[in-house]
Order: sequence, then C-alpha cells, then structure tokens
Amino acid sequence: MGKRLRVLIAKPGLDGHDRGAKVVARALRDAGMEVIYTGLRQTPEMIVEAALQEDVDAVGLSILSGAHMTLVPRVLQGLREAGLDHVRVFVGGIIPDEDVPALKEAGVEAIFGPGTSTLTIVEAIRRACGEG
Amino acid sequence: MTVELVSRVLEGDRRALARLISLIEDNGPPAQAALAALYPYTGHAHVVGITGPPGTGKSTLVNELAKGFRRRGATVGIVAVDPTSPFTGGALLGDRVRMRDLAGDPGIFIRSMATRGSWGGLARATGDVIQVLDAAGFAVVLVETVGVGQGEVDIARTAHTTIVVEAPGLGDDVQALKAGLMEIADILVVNKADRPGAAQTARALEVALELGRNSARPGKDAAWRPPVLKTVALDGSGVAEVLEAIAAHRAYLESSGLWSHRERERARADLTGALERELLARMLARVGEAALEEWAERIARRETDVYTAVQALLEYDKRS
Repeated sequence: MGKRLRVLIAKPGLDGHDRGAKVVARALRDAGMEVIYTGLRQTPEMIVEAALQEDVDAVGLSILSGAHMTLVPRVLQGLREAGLDHVRVFVGGIIPDEDVPALKEAGVEAIFGPGTSTLTIVEAIRRACGEG
Repeated sequence: MTVELVSRVLEGDRRALARLISLIEDNGPPAQAALAALYPYTGHAHVVGITGPPGTGKSTLVNELAKGFRRRGATVGIVAVDPTSPFTGGALLGDRVRMRDLAGDPGIFIRSMATRGSWGGLARATGDVIQVLDAAGFAVVLVETVGVGQGEVDIARTAHTTIVVEAPGLGDDVQALKAGLMEIADILVVNKADRPGAAQTARALEVALELGRNSARPGKDAAWRPPVLKTVALDGSGVAEVLEAIAAHRAYLESSGLWSHRERERARADLTGALERELLARMLARVGEAALEEWAERIARRETDVYTAVQALLEYDKRS
C-alpha cells in the first residue's frame, strides 16, 4: 500500500464553531486522504506538535474568530522552527480581503472563504502537495 | 538515508521518528531495512492494548492512563488506530481530540494510524510502529484499536496486556457473553461508570468471566483472573486502579514466564504474517496480475474452483 496524503485539520483560537472544519475534514477523507482532526481550541504550539508527530503533508486552519493575523503567523513560524518547511498551510473561515495578501506573503498556500466548494479545497491541497 | 533516520530515532529525534513511521506505513523498500536495524533496541516497552466497542471512551481512557504513567515517571508512546474507508481509501483520525491534555509533553508521542484495509482492529503496520516506539525508548506503548465488535482480536497477539473497555447501556447483557473480546481481556474496564446500569454491566462481565474460565486459551490465565474495574475517564476516577492492575499484570507475566511466552507468540504471528505477504507478492510478481484476474474470472464463471486454481498457479510457479 503506497503513500497517502496526510492532512491535519485544526481550529486554533477560542471560537467554538467547528462545523466548517468538520465538513472539510469529511470531504478530504472522501477524497482518499488521511485526515487528522484535532478539535477545538488548539494553540499554535499544539498544532505544530501534532503536525510533527503525524508527519502531515498539509495543515488546514479553520478560524472564525478574527484572530487570524496573530494565530496564523505563529503556526507558520512554529512549523519552520520545527523543520517542517515542506508542510503546506491552508486557512479557511472568515478572512477579510485586505488580510489575504499579508497571509500569503507570510507563507499561506491558499485561503478559502465561506461558500468555497470542497472540491476546490481538495484540488488545491492535491496540487500543493504534488499530486494531480 | 534510512541509516541516518534510524540513528536519529535512537538519539530521540521526534521528527525522524515521525518520518520513519510514515515510511513503515507506506511500506517502502527502506522500511524493512530500518526495522531490521532497530530490532536489537526493542524488547523493553510494556505494550498495553486498549480495545472495545465504539463509544465506550477508549481515547479518553488512554489520555488518563498516559497522564498516570507520566506521573509515575514513565515515558509513553501512543498509537491510535481508526478505520480507513473501504470506498475512498481515506480516513478520519479523530482520537487526538480526546488527548489534548497530553500536548507539550516531550515524554509523550502520539501517532494516529489508519487501518488501510486491515480487518483485525489494527493496521498491518501497527506492530512495526510499536517496535519503532519501543526502540525509541518509550517505556510504555499504549495501542488504541478501532472500535471493535466481537472478532477483531489482533491486539491480543500484539500487546502484553490487553484492556477491554465496555460502557453501560450498550446492549443487553448477553453481549458480554459473546466470545472474542471477553477471551482476550487481561483487564476489563466499565467506563462511564457514573451512568445508570454500570453495576449491572460490571456484574454481567463478572459472570461471563466465571463462565469462560474453563475455556481460556492454553498458556494463558491459569492464575490471572482479569479484574473488572469501574472508571469515569472524563474526571479520572478509577484510573489509578487501572494503572495498578496494569502493573500487577506485568509483574504476573514476568514471574510466571508468560512474558516470554507472549513475546514468542507475537514473533510467530509476525513471522507468518510477513511470510504470507512476501510469498503472495512473489507469486504475483511471477504469474502477473493479469493471470490472477483471468483465474478469478474463470472461478466466477464456474469453469473452475478456487482450490484447483491455486494448485494450477503453484504448478505454474514451479515450472518457471
């Protein structure tokens, strides 16, 4: 049995809405990926640690709280410090347009707002991780 | 590259450990070489399996047990197995949700595994991943199986100590009498014991144990009577007693000589399993997938049967 794409889906910060994260986790599973779901209220440190232990190819962060400009850079920095530069980072949730360039500049692969089709997300992850 | 990865794992490099586990899961050619190099460093960890029906609180119990082992100074590796979808090949691995207390502790390493087509409650590579965690120096390896019913008993061959977790209200008491799970238990835990019916569930398990005593598998359990313990893993009550039972079971295995007996049983199962896979792979390489499909088609059309086909394939193998 060969290589499977492994993706960590995490919710950093304090908002308690995990519907979107669960929908995406399920869609990635249905697309044949192994999805590690960590649940609510993860600190950036917890996310980096889980990404390392699970040896994932990508991390998806779901953020609805508005704290993305502090949380996302901390995850990116933590991944770099752990030697996980190859891990692709995606952000989903409510991200104002004006924040998008800065997040991409910081190293986020893609940002998915409300209403993004799960197919788009699946394809973006496959492409970024060198499959398809 | 494999040699370097192996030495980094032995030095305690967690990133190398995670990489090596992936290599083993993906079953690449370097995996076997790495496992061979690590094997001399194994044999120290106490492997504890946690199994039972879905929804009994296995992950929460693993979380509490890991905290307890840490308080007693032992490092803990955790392998949490969840099922792969037979239709998409994907998997949703959610056991970490219940293990968030363990974050940030360098004495703990958690790895989620998908079954990838195995049916015994573990993945094909679970045994090998346990070996890697053992070689990496974890004193205890906790293995959480997929939520199981009655027949998924691979864990008993893999672990030194098997804990079967039940919960009240999962079905009538007759469920407890069913073979398989009961017979592999070294320790029985009724979790969610604050719920109605917990005492009744515990009593049903005691009765089932009593009935099963005469049919225990040979080489097992002559002097060990599996305790039935009640826990509420969510608030940690009863967990200390489970930790004591695990320690007592280990002491029993060592003093009775069963520890080495179980090691040999596991080695034998690993050996025959690896041999089966290797022989099948060689066979397929020689006769080809196409020939196999052709035989399958003929069997489906009732032109021949499975056993005749196997003999024919083996003859073909001898000629070539």
